[in-house]
Amino acid sequence: MLSAIQSLGRSGIEFCDNAGKTTLFLMHALIARPQGLKSFRLLVPQLYMVGVLSMIIIIVSGLFIGMVLGLQGYTILVKFGAEQALGQLIALSMVRELGPVVGALLFAGRAGSAITAEIGLMKVTEQLSSMEMLGVDPLRRVIAPRFWAGQISLPVLTLIFTAVAIYGGYVVGVQWLGVDEGSFWANMRNSVDFREDIVNGIIKSLVFGTLVTWIAVYQGYTCPPTAEGIGKATTRTVVFSSLATLGMDFILTAIMFGGFN
Amino acid sequence: MQKRTTEIAVGFFFLLGILAFAMLAMQVSGISKIYTLKEGYKITADFENIGGLKPRARVTIAGVAVGRVVAINYDPKDYVARVSIVIDNKVNNIPDDTSASILTSGLLGDNYIGLSPGFSEQFYKEGSHIPVENTSKAVVLEELVSKFLSSQASGLK
Repeated sequence: MLSAIQSLGRSGIEFCDNAGKTTLFLMHALIARPQGLKSFRLLVPQLYMVGVLSMIIIIVSGLFIGMVLGLQGYTILVKFGAEQALGQLIALSMVRELGPVVGALLFAGRAGSAITAEIGLMKVTEQLSSMEMLGVDPLRRVIAPRFWAGQISLPVLTLIFTAVAIYGGYVVGVQWLGVDEGSFWANMRNSVDFREDIVNGIIKSLVFGTLVTWIAVYQGYTCPPTAEGIGKATTRTVVFSSLATLGMDFILTAIMFGGFN
Repeated sequence: MQKRTTEIAVGFFFLLGILAFAMLAMQVSGISKIYTLKEGYKITADFENIGGLKPRARVTIAGVAVGRVVAINYDPKDYVARVSIVIDNKVNNIPDDTSASILTSGLLGDNYIGLSPGFSEQFYKEGSHIPVENTSKAVVLEELVSKFLSSQASGLK
């Protein structure tokens, strides 16, 4: 009984300890201020690794998600004779939910795990400690560019993902299943609001970008310096950032669309 | 050389992002239809029942959107709903005996306000008011159904 309470207390202390450590870690990485052209030169290769190389998976999965939404939505809507609302269905579900969330999940799997593994291997091979010996701050040199690259890339990827998915839905709904083109776009435009839907979707992806890259760099930086440690840290990155994304999405949706205001 | 390709690829990546944003803003949300509420004049209208009217609903004349609903309040003195509307400055010749009605787009669509212009020579301006006599309340589907049912029942006798 007493030991149960003790273990509860210990996990509570560990949780606070971890939360404090991660926050301090992020603060240090962010306070590592950009130094003009020099940090830009560090950022561009990271944008390439994190953003450009994730583009293929984002575009392909966006196209298929849009096409599946088009097919599924059509078969249900046509029962009510409301297949003109297909554009509305695809656009709203993509812009508000699926775009930011599925984008963040794919990003965690594609880029987050890569960041963790890369930083973890740097730590195992003691590149990070040798940087410190040389008087180079690894937080500034290694962590900060990766964090910013992820933070910038995910909203851009989400925009591309959403646009491609809506195009995929258009191809299936209008070109293949024969929904009227005019009412497809007109219904979409009438129901999607720029401030309410698109800006809120971008805010969501900004928050997810922070969460996913934060978890990824932290897991890489603190992983145990063994081969097994890197594997575990990579798994933890994907699991934690997926869970954090889905949980945070519920909170954000409740604030944005829950009707509390 | 390697560096150059990287930079070009990142440039393309951002370009694609901007294009996607432009497509979402223009094609999907139709940003041009949004009225900037600042450049308009405000009038109020009293309604007996607003049904499902919500702030930001559109205000139309002859089916064309000319303004937006900005606020809906309850007036405890007259037991009516007071709806504040902002009308586009370009539409400055609405006669002051115009009547307003709450309409529904389609069978299950959103509520919006339709204005039918009157014949007066005086026009609405900032702060004008449409009294409750000149407005017709929202059509509530349940009322219609119960009216229809009771008329059917009396027809059976």
